[in-house]
Amino acid sequence: MKLRNCIALAILTTAAGMVAAADQSIVGLITKTDTNPFFVKMKEGAQEAARVHGVKLLTAAGKSDGDNSGQVTAIENMIAAGAKTILITPSDSKAIVPALKKARAQGVMVIALDSPTDPQDAVDALFATDNTKAGMLIGQYAKAVFGGKPMKIAMLDLFPGHPVGIARHDGFLQGAGVAKGDAAIVCMQDSFGDQAKGQTAMENCLQKNPDINLVYTINEPAAAGAYKALKAAGKEKNVMIVSVDGGCEGVRNVKAGMIAATAQQYPLKMAALGVDAGVTYAKSGKKVSGYVDTGVTLITDQAQKNIDSKDTKFGLDACWGKK
Amino acid sequence: MKHHLHRLPSLASLGPCIALLVAGSFFATQSEHFLSGQNFSLILQQVMVVGVIAIGQTLIILTAGIDLSCGMAMALGSIVITKFAVDFGLHPYLAVVCGLLVCTLIGMLNGALVTKIKLPPFIVTLGTMNIVFAITQLYSGAQTVTDLPDALQFFGNTFRLGQTSITYGTLLMLALYLLIWFFLRNTAPGRHIYAVGNNREAARLTGIATDRVLIKVYMLAGLLYGVAALLSVARMGVGDPQSGQTENLDSITAVVLGGTSLFGGRGTVTGTLIGVLIVGVFRNGLTLMGVPSVFQVLVTGILVILAVATDQFTHKKA
Repeated sequence: MKLRNCIALAILTTAAGMVAAADQSIVGLITKTDTNPFFVKMKEGAQEAARVHGVKLLTAAGKSDGDNSGQVTAIENMIAAGAKTILITPSDSKAIVPALKKARAQGVMVIALDSPTDPQDAVDALFATDNTKAGMLIGQYAKAVFGGKPMKIAMLDLFPGHPVGIARHDGFLQGAGVAKGDAAIVCMQDSFGDQAKGQTAMENCLQKNPDINLVYTINEPAAAGAYKALKAAGKEKNVMIVSVDGGCEGVRNVKAGMIAATAQQYPLKMAALGVDAGVTYAKSGKKVSGYVDTGVTLITDQAQKNIDSKDTKFGLDACWGKK
Repeated sequence: MKHHLHRLPSLASLGPCIALLVAGSFFATQSEHFLSGQNFSLILQQVMVVGVIAIGQTLIILTAGIDLSCGMAMALGSIVITKFAVDFGLHPYLAVVCGLLVCTLIGMLNGALVTKIKLPPFIVTLGTMNIVFAITQLYSGAQTVTDLPDALQFFGNTFRLGQTSITYGTLLMLALYLLIWFFLRNTAPGRHIYAVGNNREAARLTGIATDRVLIKVYMLAGLLYGVAALLSVARMGVGDPQSGQTENLDSITAVVLGGTSLFGGRGTVTGTLIGVLIVGVFRNGLTLMGVPSVFQVLVTGILVILAVATDQFTHKKA
């Protein structure tokens, strides 16, 4: 009896729900994880844009970095919920492709945010930082600071095979004017963009070569780890750390002198542009296409001649994370 | 009279059913997209991989063991299947057989370490979890395998039943649940699993070859992980070396939600199926409602504790 009541109630309210759901368009945002402040900021940007345009925003995330199946499940659920546009930061640039293909075959516009897919044309459009340029900015900065002084470089990378990690790594070397495989690169380690792992990686690099004087880091948590390792070894004064991201914590570390310079990116803008594109698609059926550069700015308090940069005051105004 | 009362389903076995129904009714009131054949088919499809893993996990937990390596075995299985078929040009069916074999061997290794060297299952599978993960990364070069032959993706294909498209893989999952349900309930080897889980020494004294039962259980579980690997390949359309990282805890969650006791000897695979569905329904329903996914994790946590508390409570009373 109770069960029957339950079902009856369910059917009734379902019908009511159908009537209530007006022609509101739905945009889905799928991030790599729920916890990284970068994605939290991205979500904020999307929520704000969704509020302005009066669209419904669905959000979901993988359980951990690299959780492809969680992202696929989220795509399916969002399509079931009626989303016509899906914004996604792919955790696995290759593995997500078949699921995106299926989504697009159902008329869903897919925009990759922050990280490209492999191949890049598996999505309608990519809104992201030009990561090669981000790497290049800090490379050029390091080159300007060092002048002609010989560099001994440690590189704390992301992990093997990730396109963002490769782009920043190569961009940095290009900017610094150092060829791949040059003897100036004395150590390369994977930090997974994580503070603890970055610290371990730096400790190992210092074991390998105590004369390191320049540290490239994939992001600011890795930079914070590297700084800790350098400080423990009493070398924090003579070694320069450069990084990428522009999170508030990272910019504060620039201000405190722990990081010399960082290339700031703009997750909020990526998501806001994505929602805008979703609204346009819902209204006119017009899809965006290709790559949209969301910009990158060099942040440092020790500006160098002929290098464009902004100070940490600017950086803190525009940063993401806890201000 | 008393005898009849005893045969009524206990709270522990009814609880999961009630939770599933309540959750379903709630979501039906919250989203107009929830209550449809298509959506139910979607939920089934989303749980088919962890669903099949959870069958193996149930068998092992029934023996008072636990398997942390299941997700990693599945990941290695899916890399073997896809790499053998794509890189070596092996016939897809043969590649699948190789994948099933590798997973069964991992199960055999677990079983042998548990019985012959008498290590606790938790430690054994913690070790093999890491070993198998490393092998998967080394063997695949941490690279996703793409461009799969169609035959490998068969279980990801759908057929139409009225308005609903149903994934072949979900039928395979349900068939496996039926098969193992029958096996555990109506066959002597199936009953032996309960006996070993209840009291290994007593089971041995009644003449059951407990070591052999345990090794077979771990091998059967491994074979099931191999099937899950095939389903994962079909569902994702790629061989993903990063897959399977949360499947161990996810499957244990499903088993526990389904009312199977972690102390062994008590539980059913039908309960596990309901446990799997509870997680799937919450994930789907909360997404349809537009609730951030972290709340799904919160709800799962609460449900796990409720499930175990109910089990403890009813068990003490009985």
